Amino acid sequence: MKKLTNKDELQALRQQAQQEIAERNQNKNRIIVGMGTCGIAAGAQDVVNEILKELQRRHITNVEVVRTGCIGMCEREVLIDVVRAGEDRVTYGQVVPRDIPRIIGEHIVNGRIVEDMVVGRLTAV
Amino acid sequence: MTFYRGHLLVCGGEGCTSSGCNEVHGAFREAMRKKKIEDEIKIVQTGCHGYCEKGPLVVVYPEGVMYNRVGVKDASEIVNEHLVKGKPVTRLFLTDPISVDQVPKYEELDLFRKQHRIALRNCGMMDPDSVNEYIARGGYSGLAKMLDTMQPAEVVNEIKESGLRGRGGGGFPTATKWEFCSKAKSNKKYIICNADEGDPGAFMDRSLLEGDPHSVLEGMIIAGYAIGADEGYLYIRAEYPLAIKRIRNAINQAKELGLLGENILGSGFNMELKIKEGAGAFVCGEETALIASIEGERGVPRSRPPFPAIKGLFGKPTIINNVETLANIPYIIDQGAQTFASVGTDKSKGTKVFALTGKVKNSGLVEVPMGISVREIVYEIGGGTFEGKKFKAVQTGGPSGGCLPESKLDLPIDYDSLASAGTIMGSGGLVVMDEDSCMIDVAKYFLTFTRKESCGKCTPCREGTMRLLEMLEKITAGEGEMADLDRLERLAKTIKTSALCGLGQTAPNPILSTLQYFRKEYETHIKDKKCPAGVCQALFFYRIDDHICVGCGVCIKACPTDAIEGERKQAHHLDMEKCIKCGGCVDACPFHAVIKE
Repeated sequence: MKKLTNKDELQALRQQAQQEIAERNQNKNRIIVGMGTCGIAAGAQDVVNEILKELQRRHITNVEVVRTGCIGMCEREVLIDVVRAGEDRVTYGQVVPRDIPRIIGEHIVNGRIVEDMVVGRLTAV
Repeated sequence: MTFYRGHLLVCGGEGCTSSGCNEVHGAFREAMRKKKIEDEIKIVQTGCHGYCEKGPLVVVYPEGVMYNRVGVKDASEIVNEHLVKGKPVTRLFLTDPISVDQVPKYEELDLFRKQHRIALRNCGMMDPDSVNEYIARGGYSGLAKMLDTMQPAEVVNEIKESGLRGRGGGGFPTATKWEFCSKAKSNKKYIICNADEGDPGAFMDRSLLEGDPHSVLEGMIIAGYAIGADEGYLYIRAEYPLAIKRIRNAINQAKELGLLGENILGSGFNMELKIKEGAGAFVCGEETALIASIEGERGVPRSRPPFPAIKGLFGKPTIINNVETLANIPYIIDQGAQTFASVGTDKSKGTKVFALTGKVKNSGLVEVPMGISVREIVYEIGGGTFEGKKFKAVQTGGPSGGCLPESKLDLPIDYDSLASAGTIMGSGGLVVMDEDSCMIDVAKYFLTFTRKESCGKCTPCREGTMRLLEMLEKITAGEGEMADLDRLERLAKTIKTSALCGLGQTAPNPILSTLQYFRKEYETHIKDKKCPAGVCQALFFYRIDDHICVGCGVCIKACPTDAIEGERKQAHHLDMEKCIKCGGCVDACPFHAVIKE
C-alpha cells in the first residue's frame, strides 16, 4: 500500500474503497460470519469451514465469504448474514455446520430465506 | 466427462417417493426425449430437501428455479416452456410462505429497536481486518479533518462541547482531563487506551476492539494530537487474544497507509502506538496501577494526586481513556460536537454501551441513548424476564456497582441518576435478576471477586473485603445475627472512605445497595433462617411429598449420595443427613414430588 500524504489522498482512497465495496455488493453474493470471541467460542470457525465446503461441493464461485465482529447478539451466535447481490442482508442465528447446506441451498441458490432460522434483516446498503 | 447445459433435480426422498416422484422422473425423461434435449439437460435424483409437504420438488439449474407439487402432467410443460424456451412456469412456483417482507428488520427487533449506535457504529458491519472497509465507512476522515483544519486546543474544545464523559465508569468529563494534560509542560506526553476490561459480565470493550479496531486507534491519534503526545499504549488484557491480534493488524495497516507513525497524512504530526498485554488483574484497570504495570512494575495503585494527567507514565503527563470513550472520538470530530450532544440528557451526552445479561430473554450488547430508563432496557430491549418469573433487581456497574429494585425501574440511565440511587454506570455491565436470585448471594459473589482481586497494598481493601465476605458467608450459612447488619454497614462505609484506589472504594457497593433495597431479605436469612430465593444451601431442605410420589425410583438413580430410599411403587424418603442439596432429584422427578423448602 502507498502511504497517504494528505487529506485528498485519503478521500480518494475512501471513494475507491467505497466503489470496490459497492461493486462487490452489486455483483456478488456474500456470506458474512460473526467472528468476535463470542462467535468463535460458539463455533464460527466450523461454520466457516462448512460454508467453504458447501460452496465447493456446489461449484458456487460467486459468493464471497467475509467476517465481521460482534454485532451485540452474542447469545445467538453463531450469526451469519447472507446477502444476495442487490438484496437485503438477512441474519441467521444459532447456526451450526449442519444448517449450512440448507441455508446455501435455499437462500444463496434459490433466493428463499430460511425463515425458521432468521434473526433479522438489514436493509441493503 | 459429459457437460450439460443445465441440471434438472427431481427429489427422491422418502416423502416425495410416496407422493409420486418416480413417475414424475419418468415423465421428464420422456418429455425431454421428445424434445431431443436429453443430452443437454441432466436429470439428477436428489435426496430429500426437507420440504416434503410441497413435494415432489423439481429444481432447474443453473437458474435454481424450484417447482413444487410437480405432477406427471406438469413435466412436459416445464420441459417445453422452461428448458426449451427459457420461460419458467410461474404457476408451479412455491407460493412463498417465506416472503422476504415477513422477516423482521433489524430496527424492528426488540434488541435493536431502541438502540442508537455511535461507538458500535461499525461493529458487525465490516471486516475488522480491512482498513479499506473502515475508510469506506468514513474512517479516518475525522483524523484528516482535524489535521487539516484544527489546532489542538480546538480539538479539546470540540470534545468539551460534545459533553463526552469517560465511559470506563467514573464519568469524568473527557475534555477536562485532556485540558489538564495539554496544559502540562513537558517534552514528552503519553496517551493510553485502557482495555483492561475485567468486570464480570462486561464485554463491550472487547467487542469494540475485535469488531472495529481502527476507530479505537483513530480515537487515540486524535487524543494524542489534542494533548500533544506522540506515543501511546494500548493496555489490553492477555485474555483477549483476538482483540490483541486485530489491534496489531490494524496498527500495521494504519502505519502502511501513513495514518500512524511519522508525519501522519503529511501534517508533520507523529504518533507511535504500542500494545502492552496485561496479565489480567482487575486492579490494573485502575489508572495508576495500569501505569505501574506498563512501566514493568507490579500493578498496584498509588495515591493521587498527582494525577496521571500531570505525572503519569514514566513520570510524564499521560491521558488514560477507556476503549469506548476513544471509539466515540472520531465520530465527534467527524460529525461535530452538536450531532453527538443532540443525543442523551443534559449532563450525560451521547450513548452508552451495555452488556445486558442475566435472567433476561434477549441478552447481548446494546448501545442506547443516555437517559433511557432501566425499564426500557430490561423490558423493551431485553424482552423482560423468563416466562413466569418475577423481576427482582438489576445490577449495574459490575463489582463496583449496586443492585436496583423494581421501584427504581423508571430511573433514567445517566451517570448522576445512577449515582444518586446508590449504584454506578461502571463500564456498563447490566445483570438482570429474577425471583430465583438471592441478593445476599449476589453480594457475596461480587465480594468474592473483589477480595480475590484486591492487590493488598492498603489495609481497608485487603482486610476489609475479607471481613465483609466472612460476614456475608455467616449470614448465608444461617448463622447471622441482627448486629451483623450494622457491622456490615459500618465496615462497608469505612472501606469506602479509606481505601487507596477505586477497587477498594467501590468494593462495598454491592453490599450497601442490597442492604438499602433488600434489607428484608437479609433479615429473613438471619431471623427466619430462610433463603426466599432458595439459593443459600444451608437454608433450604428437600422433602419428598408422599402424596405425589409414585415410587418410580428415578430420583434414587439421580442421587449421587444414596440419600433417597424406598420400595418400588411406595412413596420414597429422603435422608437430609446424606443429602448434599445438589437438586439432581428435583430435576429428575417427572411428578414434581421433590419439594424445596
